[in-house]
Amino acid sequence: MGWFRRFYGENPLHLLALLGCFALVGAAVLALYPNPSALTIAIWFAAAVIGHDLVLYPLYALADRSLVLTRWVRRRVSSRPVTVAATNHLRLPVLGSVLLGLIWFPTISGGGAGVLFFAAGLPPAIDYVTRWLLVTAVLFLASAVLYAVRLGRAAVRST
Amino acid sequence: MTTTGAPVAPGEDDAPAPSEPRYGFPQALWRGMGRIPVPPPLTPRTWRSPLRGRWLTSVFGVVLLVGLPIVILTGLLSYIAYGPQFGQAIPGDVGFLRLPLFDWPTSPSWLYRLTQGLHVGIGLVLVPVILAKLWSVVPKLFAWPPVRSIAQLLERISLLALVGGILFELVTGIMNVQYDYSFGFDFYTAHYWGAWVFIGGFVAHVAIKLPTMVRSLRTGGPGRWLHDTTAETVPEPLDDEPGHSLVATDPSPPTMSRRTLLGTVAGGSALVGVLTIGTTVDALRPLAVLSPRGRSYGTGPNDFQVNRTAFGAGIAPTVGDGYALVLRGGPAGEVRLDRAALAGMPQHTATLPIACVEGWSETRTWSGVRLRDLAALAGVPEPANAFVQSLERAGPFARVTLQGNQVLDPDALLALRVGDDDGGPMADLSLDHGFPARVIVPALPGVHNTKWVGAIDFRSA
Repeated sequence: MGWFRRFYGENPLHLLALLGCFALVGAAVLALYPNPSALTIAIWFAAAVIGHDLVLYPLYALADRSLVLTRWVRRRVSSRPVTVAATNHLRLPVLGSVLLGLIWFPTISGGGAGVLFFAAGLPPAIDYVTRWLLVTAVLFLASAVLYAVRLGRAAVRST
Repeated sequence: MTTTGAPVAPGEDDAPAPSEPRYGFPQALWRGMGRIPVPPPLTPRTWRSPLRGRWLTSVFGVVLLVGLPIVILTGLLSYIAYGPQFGQAIPGDVGFLRLPLFDWPTSPSWLYRLTQGLHVGIGLVLVPVILAKLWSVVPKLFAWPPVRSIAQLLERISLLALVGGILFELVTGIMNVQYDYSFGFDFYTAHYWGAWVFIGGFVAHVAIKLPTMVRSLRTGGPGRWLHDTTAETVPEPLDDEPGHSLVATDPSPPTMSRRTLLGTVAGGSALVGVLTIGTTVDALRPLAVLSPRGRSYGTGPNDFQVNRTAFGAGIAPTVGDGYALVLRGGPAGEVRLDRAALAGMPQHTATLPIACVEGWSETRTWSGVRLRDLAALAGVPEPANAFVQSLERAGPFARVTLQGNQVLDPDALLALRVGDDDGGPMADLSLDHGFPARVIVPALPGVHNTKWVGAIDFRSA
C-alpha cells in the first residue's frame, strides 16, 4: 500500500470516503438540476461561502485587530499598570450583539415583516432595531458591572 | 502579561506523523507552487491568535459531532412527517434520495413538537459553535501551497460541500423561520437538497477527521488547556509544517484564555437559546423579543400562532353562514353536517400541541368531534386514509391526506372549540384559527391540521 500512499497522499479509505461524498453530492445536484431555480440556489450556495469566508470573516478579524491594537497602544502610552484587562469586557458584548444581529437580521431589518403580516396577521408594529439595541445595551451593562466588580476586587487585593 | 509564545514541548503521542510524505504525486507541481512567493493572507504569519490549534478545533468539533446529527435526523424526519407517500412532502420527486417510508405515528402527541423543536432550536443554538469552528480552521483556507497531494485536493473540494452546505442550510433555515423569502426560490426544495450536499460533506469529514479529533482531545486533556489563565496561555505544539498548521507560527500575546473563548461561545449559544425558548415554551413567549413568534395576539383562548389568516386564505368572515361539512367515501353517498349538527355529536376534549415546521409550538386544549366518529358516520369505519379539503381555494396547504392511524387516533379531532392548556375557559375557534371547524391530529405537522374544513373524503384501501 506504500505506493498508493506515495501517489495519492493518504490511505485508500480517505479516497473511499471522498468518493462517497462526491456520489451523494452529485446525486443531489443532478436531482436539483432540472429545477428552474437551480441556478439561483447555486448562487446562494456560493454566496453563503464567499459571504462568510471572504466578507464576514475579514471584517470581524479586522474589527478585532483594531481592539488588540488599542490594547497595545494603551499599554505603550500609559505607565499605569493594567489591573483588570478591559479588552474582553468590550469584545464579548460586541460579539453577542453581532451574533444576535446576524441571526435575527431578517426580523430586525424588517425583511420578513410583509410576509408575516400576510401569514399571521401581525402588523409590523414593533421596532425590532430598538429591541436589538436594547438587548445590546443589556449585554454592555452586564459586562460593565462585571468589570467594575473585578476592578473593585483587584483594588481590595492590592491594598 | 507577556508570554514568549514559544510552543510547549509536544507530548509523546502528539508528534506529527513522520511517515507521511510531504508531497504526493505530482510532487514537482505542488513543490513548485509552494516556492512561489505569496502575499498575506496566504503567508503563515497572517494568523496570530495563540489559541488556534487542533485541540481547540476538536472541542468545537465534538460539540458539532453530537449536535449536527440531531439536526440532520430531525430534519429528515420532518420530511417523512409531511407524508411523502401521498406526494405532499416537498420536494415531491426525490429520485434516488428517497427516504425510508413509514406511517408517521400519532403517539406521543408531542413527537413532532420535539423533533422539529430540536431541529430549529439546536440549529440556532449551534450557530456560535459553527462560527467558532470556522474561525478556528480559517488558516487552512489560505494555506500555501493550497494542496500538497491529490488527497488534499479532493478533500478541499469536499469541504465546499461541508462548509457551503452548513452555511446555506443555516441562511435558508434562519430566513425561513423569520418569513424572509427574498432568496426567491422554494425554501423546502432548496433546504432539502442543500441538506444532502451537507450530509455528503459532513459524513466524509467525520470519517476523515475523527481519528485526528480523538487524538487531539486525548493529548490535550481539559487539565492541560482549560486550566491556563490568559497569562499562562501558550500556543499548542505545531501539528504540521508552517503554513498548513492551525497553530500560529508568530503568535500575538494572548488576550483571552482558552476557557474564556469556550465560555464565550457557550455564552453565545445560551443567549440564542434564551431568545428562542419562548417560541416553544408558551409561558416564556415574552423572552423571544427578536423572534416574529414572540408576540401576543391578545385573543384569549385563541392567543396562539397563526400561520395563515382567513384574509390570506380568502375566507370571508361570513364563512359560518350556511356552513355544511361534506363527508364522502361511504356507500350511501355524501353526508352533510352543519355546525349545529357537529356540535350535537359526542364531543371529545384533548390537550394537544400544535407544532410548526418553523420550530414554534404551543399546547392547547381542543374539543370537537373525533375524526373516527365522522368516518363511521360516513360509512367508512376503517379508512385507509382521508382526504381533507379546506374551504380555502388556492394555497399549498388547502388540502391534505391523513394516514389511517391519524384518522383513527382517539385524540384526532375535527375541533370546534379551543382553550389554553391549563383548563381555562374555552371558546369557539376564531376565524383565523379555522372557524367553523379545523383538524387537529396528534404529532401532525402544524400546516397539515387543515383549517376551515369543507369536506373529508374517507377512503378504503
